[in-house]
Amino acid sequence: MADPMKIRATVAGDATEVKVLMSHEMETGQRKDAQGKTIPAWFIQSVTAAWNGKTVLSAQWGPAISKNPFLSFKFEGGAKGDKVKVTWIDNKGETRTDEATIG
Amino acid sequence: MDARRRDVLKGGGGATLLAVLTAAGWLKPGEALAQAWNKAAFEARTIDEAVKALGGGAQAQSKDIVFVSTPDIAENGAVVPIGVSSSIPKTESIAILVEKNPSPLAAVFSIPAGTGPTVTTRVKMGQSSNVYAVVKADGKVFVASKEIKVTLGGCGG
Repeated sequence: MADPMKIRATVAGDATEVKVLMSHEMETGQRKDAQGKTIPAWFIQSVTAAWNGKTVLSAQWGPAISKNPFLSFKFEGGAKGDKVKVTWIDNKGETRTDEATIG
Repeated sequence: MDARRRDVLKGGGGATLLAVLTAAGWLKPGEALAQAWNKAAFEARTIDEAVKALGGGAQAQSKDIVFVSTPDIAENGAVVPIGVSSSIPKTESIAILVEKNPSPLAAVFSIPAGTGPTVTTRVKMGQSSNVYAVVKADGKVFVASKEIKVTLGGCGG
């Protein structure tokens, strides 16, 4: 299992700002190792963020996203104490879900 | 497992239970989302191909798309912050493309109603290049671009 995400969600006016830092290699499939063999691609393909069961952002990513991806966005609504849940799935089918409380 | 079941029961409230389960990734974890990954668009070699694979035809230049917290010169191509903000009404999706990367398309964000049409992330850039933000709004496609100079490429080893 991959390392947990760091999720910070804060109320800013009538919107909630969400910042996510994921822990992932995001290998492009273009690099070669010391023996000249191509390192297979390994990257997060899809990310979904949900608040109270409602999807507030979904994304599809390619390998051009940086290692240990960062993501931030805002959505309307959300109150202190609500939960924001973020899920990612990589191209090997591995997945991770983490949850944060809006503060 | 038990702790999460509590969440589901609380959040469920009857009608929305299915939505909660789906959002939590319980129903067919991975499958539905992984299938939706737009392989053709991500493997396209040019901006035009990628935009076409995303379902966009003619693009209009727009001044309503701005790059926020995006540098003119990036010291490290492995980590280039890119923020895209669209003030076009009914923005449905924002795609980020790097022209000179082997596959230009870096990310596509779907913006449901209620979510602000601004996203920020970090991308890799192999070399100095134009970066495009392609916004789909109300069925139309808009584009904006910005040149970013990279002093150290992000696709080497």
